[in-house]
Amino acid sequence: MTAAIEFRNVTRNFGSVRAVDDVCVEVAAGEFFSMLGPSGSGKTTCLRLIAGFERPLSGQILLDGVDVSDVPPYDRNVNTVFQDYALFPHMSVVQNVEYGLKVRGVAADERHRRASEMLALVKLGEFGERRPGQLSGGQRQRVALARALINQPKVLLLDEPLGALDLKLREAMQIELKALQRELGITFVFVTHDQGEALSMSDRVAVFDRGRIVQIDTPRGLYGRPRSPFVAQFVGGANVLTSKLAAALLGVARPVAVRPEQMRILSASAATEPGWVACAGTIADSQYHGATLRVQVRTPDGELLTVAQAEAGASAAASRTGTAVQVAWPRASVVELEADHA
Amino acid sequence: MNAAAPGTTHEAGGWSRALSSFFYRRPNQYILLLLIPPLLWFGTVYLGSLFSLLLQSFYSINDFTAEVVREPTLATYKQLVTQPAHIDIVVRTATMAIAVTIACAIIAFPLAYYMARYATTRMKTFLYVAVLLPMWTSYLVKVYAWRLILAKQGILTWFLDALGLTPALDAALNTPVIGGPTLSSSYIGMFIVFVYMWLPYMILPIHAALERVPRSLLQASADLGARPGQTFRNVVLPLAFPGVAAGSVFTFSLTLGDYIIPGVVGAPGYFIGMMVYQQQGTAGNIPLAAAFSVVPIVLIAIYLSIVKRFGAFDAL
Repeated sequence: MTAAIEFRNVTRNFGSVRAVDDVCVEVAAGEFFSMLGPSGSGKTTCLRLIAGFERPLSGQILLDGVDVSDVPPYDRNVNTVFQDYALFPHMSVVQNVEYGLKVRGVAADERHRRASEMLALVKLGEFGERRPGQLSGGQRQRVALARALINQPKVLLLDEPLGALDLKLREAMQIELKALQRELGITFVFVTHDQGEALSMSDRVAVFDRGRIVQIDTPRGLYGRPRSPFVAQFVGGANVLTSKLAAALLGVARPVAVRPEQMRILSASAATEPGWVACAGTIADSQYHGATLRVQVRTPDGELLTVAQAEAGASAAASRTGTAVQVAWPRASVVELEADHA
Repeated sequence: MNAAAPGTTHEAGGWSRALSSFFYRRPNQYILLLLIPPLLWFGTVYLGSLFSLLLQSFYSINDFTAEVVREPTLATYKQLVTQPAHIDIVVRTATMAIAVTIACAIIAFPLAYYMARYATTRMKTFLYVAVLLPMWTSYLVKVYAWRLILAKQGILTWFLDALGLTPALDAALNTPVIGGPTLSSSYIGMFIVFVYMWLPYMILPIHAALERVPRSLLQASADLGARPGQTFRNVVLPLAFPGVAAGSVFTFSLTLGDYIIPGVVGAPGYFIGMMVYQQQGTAGNIPLAAAFSVVPIVLIAIYLSIVKRFGAFDAL
């Protein structure tokens, strides 16, 4: 089956900066695909390359097996939900939503009918006559979604669409977006710097670092088997032990990752259980997070390990700064990593 | 040592601190203080003189003694609207103002668009200076320079001849009404000078309006399937329209009020500004001069209400 989107060795420069560096990726039709990375990692540029706002310096971009590298945005069957929503301020909500049909010459009543359907789909049926300026952030985002979906694109591109919303609305929109994607069966390409968002919504996630994709995997695969220290730390904030420490404790000569929630704090004198690894240290700091308590422990080498424990199980002594403790974790929870690319 | 009162950092109480505190507690009086100078200036100099002008236009002149009769009457306005020569002046001026405004908008838009969308920072600075530079030169110098440029033996005639366009120039000059013996003594010449003079006033507001249009709107339009022409018509033009309207208010009103250019360049027909100048000066007919001065105000009011109907101020 032909991939909905395919990047073949795509490179894009901005001046002397290589924003996208030899990226190869295939996105299957109907997939919820996320591009995750810190700002400046090239994920948004990749999205804009798919939309056609940027052109690759070299390499090819294929949509449905057709090379579109030289096709302008208005001739590509993809639509975008912009980070700032980019709603036309001089048009009403209905006019915004039906814009894609209007420029394609669809008759006015047909346009109106489909725009109303779309607005109903995003639960904004009442707001058709308002101007974008009279809507809240969450409502604007739904208008942007309806406007992009009315053209029935094969691929919907979403550029950090939830970034401007508050936490509660963001979580509600995550569930709605995912449900909408399942219902419509459209390929979604979702750009975000929020690993929680990427993990909770996606079928697969591509992690970007300095213009390259460093790992593509399912959310579980990414979280459970990060390939490099960068991925381990960026996705889920794992503790990365340097190869030196890993060699001393585990006998492996490469960096390893251990999730904070796999680690326990034990008293300095406690004996190590079979199948566990322990490391001495002193408590450097701790933060209360409601359900969990996160404690930073400094090892004798000066490395900081973060331990997340259920708040109920945390003893008072285990959070007092300067206390000598042991940090222990099951040998089986250790993930061996490759070194980061230069 | 002065002990601070509990809950404050207030130590030594200088007079400036006392004054600041006074205004902190009474923000309305602070705003009043801020506005007194501009209000006095606008109130007396602008509105006062405008009111006095309006009042003068309702006086009349005694034809025998040439003295102003200070009794309210509509006689002066009647004289303004019934004499064909006066109507001609109003129509001539308004037509020129409309033509100049349209030409300025057509020339200014592409340049402003280039400045706002494509120019690098360095290029933008250069264009800004290039647009503003002519405004640093004396107005009169520019007008008289144009008279020489447009003269029969002037550089423009020579240049058109070098390009082999003399027949085109002759054809233009032979056009009834707008033509004339030379460019510098025709309405075409006057039109060129007006357009040159007021062009910056059109470029700058259009540029400001285009600058405020986020790039993502144009991308969204293309993303939804609009070809560049459709994006221009549906997104760029409506959002830039307030800028065009603002610029056109400048070019329109400046042309309506100008009395130098029609006297130096162009055909002998009178313009409103010249009429005001002549009536209040040599003729000594202050009421008629005042009545003529009211005409541009009325025309601009009509103009503003028309552009408002087109939604020029909706985006403000």
